[in-house]
Amino acid sequence: MRGWRDIWRWSVLLPAAVLAVPVLVIFASIGYPQPDVWLHLRQTVLADYVINSLLLAGGTGIGALLMGTSTAWIISQYQFIGRRYLRWLLLLPLAMPAYIIAYTYTGMLDFAGPLQTILREQFGWRYGDYWFPEVRSLGGAILMLSLVLYPYVYMLARTAFLEQSASLFEASRTLGFTPRQHFWKVALPLARPAILTGTALAMMEAFADYGTVQYFGVTTFTTGIFRTWFGMGNQVAAAQLAALLTSFVLLLLVLERWSRRKIRYYYQGQHRHSHARRPVNLAHQLLLFTLCLLPVLLGFIVPAIQLISWALTNYQVTLNREFGVLVWNSFTLAAMAAIISVLLALLFAYGKRLRRDVMVQVPVRIAALGYAVPGTVIAIGVMLPLAWVDGRIDLLAEQWFGVRTGLIFSGTLFALLLAYSVRFLAVSLHSVEAGLERIKPSMDNAARSLGYKPLHVLQKIHLPLLRTSVLTALLLVFVDVLKELPATLILRPFNFNTLAVRTYELASDERLADAALPALAIVLVSLLPVIVLARSVDSSIKGKP
Amino acid sequence: MLNLQQVAVAYSGNTVVKDISLSLAKGQIGCLVGPSGCGKTTLLRAIAGFEAVCAGSISLQGNIVSNAEQQLPPELRQVGMVFQDFALFPHLSVANNISFGLRHVSKSVKATKVKQLLQLVGLPDLGQRYIHQLSGGQQQRVALARALAPEPNVLLLDEPFSSLDTELREGLAREIRQILQQLQITAVMVTHDQNEAFAMADMIGVMAQGRLQQWASPYELYHKPASRFVADFIGRGVLLPGTVLAAQQVQTSLGIFQQRYVSSLQPGDKVDVLIRPDDIVHDDSSSVTAQVADKAFRGSHILYQLKLDSGEQVQCLALSHHNHAMGEHIGIRLDLDHLVLFPRDH
Repeated sequence: MRGWRDIWRWSVLLPAAVLAVPVLVIFASIGYPQPDVWLHLRQTVLADYVINSLLLAGGTGIGALLMGTSTAWIISQYQFIGRRYLRWLLLLPLAMPAYIIAYTYTGMLDFAGPLQTILREQFGWRYGDYWFPEVRSLGGAILMLSLVLYPYVYMLARTAFLEQSASLFEASRTLGFTPRQHFWKVALPLARPAILTGTALAMMEAFADYGTVQYFGVTTFTTGIFRTWFGMGNQVAAAQLAALLTSFVLLLLVLERWSRRKIRYYYQGQHRHSHARRPVNLAHQLLLFTLCLLPVLLGFIVPAIQLISWALTNYQVTLNREFGVLVWNSFTLAAMAAIISVLLALLFAYGKRLRRDVMVQVPVRIAALGYAVPGTVIAIGVMLPLAWVDGRIDLLAEQWFGVRTGLIFSGTLFALLLAYSVRFLAVSLHSVEAGLERIKPSMDNAARSLGYKPLHVLQKIHLPLLRTSVLTALLLVFVDVLKELPATLILRPFNFNTLAVRTYELASDERLADAALPALAIVLVSLLPVIVLARSVDSSIKGKP
Repeated sequence: MLNLQQVAVAYSGNTVVKDISLSLAKGQIGCLVGPSGCGKTTLLRAIAGFEAVCAGSISLQGNIVSNAEQQLPPELRQVGMVFQDFALFPHLSVANNISFGLRHVSKSVKATKVKQLLQLVGLPDLGQRYIHQLSGGQQQRVALARALAPEPNVLLLDEPFSSLDTELREGLAREIRQILQQLQITAVMVTHDQNEAFAMADMIGVMAQGRLQQWASPYELYHKPASRFVADFIGRGVLLPGTVLAAQQVQTSLGIFQQRYVSSLQPGDKVDVLIRPDDIVHDDSSSVTAQVADKAFRGSHILYQLKLDSGEQVQCLALSHHNHAMGEHIGIRLDLDHLVLFPRDH
């Protein structure tokens, strides 16, 4: 039996413990009551935080559910013009960060924006003559988030629909169900776990959103945490608010798990023969085409065109040395975070493969929970302990050596990289584990019995077979870090700017056109993983390796 | 060639295989059969070196490779293995899969060897294909070729046919037996299908609950099972109650049998007599009759379930054109070569 001296256990346990610290700190803050601040919060804004956050997450969930499920059903069931392209075009909005689409639409739909200007010129209206929906509102935020988050539901629902055996549909028909009844009675209930998982992911992102709601002036938990931390200067109360927000998200996570508890009954490994898509007449085809084009148009093409046109009007001014620095900062930071995250994922994935005991499995699961925790929360959970450690070191150094060390951890990239590792470990771990799973233990055995030592097995079998999933993991984390806003905003070192932060700052200053170039850079790079995703989704459905 | 002495294997203190002794001469094929969870795959993995033995020893060509003190790592044992899921490497072509175990060998030797092996397993033109482009049966042959390439001391096959269609199995089993005999390869195969074992093996071991119940030739196993478990697990048959009379005789409702060997049974002891379906011959001219209680058409034969006058039931394998209706009384004759007795517990 392997005991406490087992090196694998420790090399998994220690980093997992470090990654768990931020969330633990957040919850530990509950132990330090701040009655004055909470009285103030309760009397003023707390109700707004709770209600707005719930409405935002709920509304975004419903929006993403409706858009994602309907497009997934249409794409999986019908044969119509443009289907082949729409199938992957529908994924594009994933490349559009919510805060970017938010400020783009604000620019287009505001009083001074092109749409209202045209309306006024066309009809001779003046200010106050007409009613126009306000983009910068809770409803607007829900719409923006739904437009960029529905692909989560779309992806999972489409796979679920395509995996349903054609004989199910035929069985329904012979039992007297119309296609419509089949959808409501059979197809939808069967796809429910997948659809709810996608919806839960969209809702988690909505809970975590900071850029959009801050820009729209909607007070939610995330803006409240910022305000309590920076405005009121009470860091413990901010952490307590973060704990409350995290509880909402974890509750959502539990509900999602609970809804999937019977998932193994749904897929019984029947021999599937794929479903022939139903052909429809031309008018019907145009309707389906329009329905599927609409989310792509509103969620990606229109804002992208607006960004491009803004960027073109003033690229001579914005495309300068400062932009170069931004790109360099963002890319090096994202690359470092991606490499660290993938190395951790490899360590954890191999730890889990080699040691199938709870002492390894459970810590890895807990460390991977970070993806559910909003970036704002992780940032505060990283900041508090690191600031404390820095203070201690500074004090000791001064007492012993008469030197001030300053902020060694909390004021440097270390804090940012730690926060990214916590937040995005799940992304890289998921990809690496999926790759490692395909290398069956019997392959290791086969190589050993053919005369290879363990290290050679790693080199000859694992390295070539894992390459794709490691590259995918690197790319996914790279782009996630590039897009990440709130944690970067809180933890970045003094005078250190990234594309995301600069976009947000310029947009906040109403310099929308100036923000277009960095925003466009983010969107373009974010397209890469979407393309990878589109390809892998297609091939996994075809069942090819 | 392969020799196991009182081998035991344990997972985290839990003994799953115990006290196994068996041996195979060069070129012999052994099969391990038994219900799932009986430890047969564990034993195979212990021979390969993937599981450590906690007692006893395993030796290959006279050298001990496993005992309680030390285990030779799998890569130094020169043991070939064909896995249940084939475990072919998806990033390598068929030819590179086969030559994977040929290390420190020149390119031309590799190429010749791969060509020979592909010829041997009947896939001469598929060397450049990738694994996902092959059918299940073809993957099976590649897995065999890969395991044979380094000319192993012993070849281990872990349920090699379980993922294949039934029609494919029999043909492949026969083919693989021919290949192994041609190359004079010692092999151990694990299966839960006794027909597969009969088709392949020179020696069969029946395992149950981690123990080897019997290690014998297929003929002996069928006709002289060493225990009730083996009698029940191998082949069909019923156990007919009987009583020992004096002078080595046993009385049953089918008549009196003579024991050929001296046993420790005393007159008056209660016993069960194993009656195989092929021990009872259908004979229309026989004066002994039994009533047809059930029948199963098997093509060339019909398996009858017959009810004796005493109320006990036996099975009878009759030629197919002796087609009798349910309830009919048909003549039977006993043709018992080996009298197999098990003392009955009280």
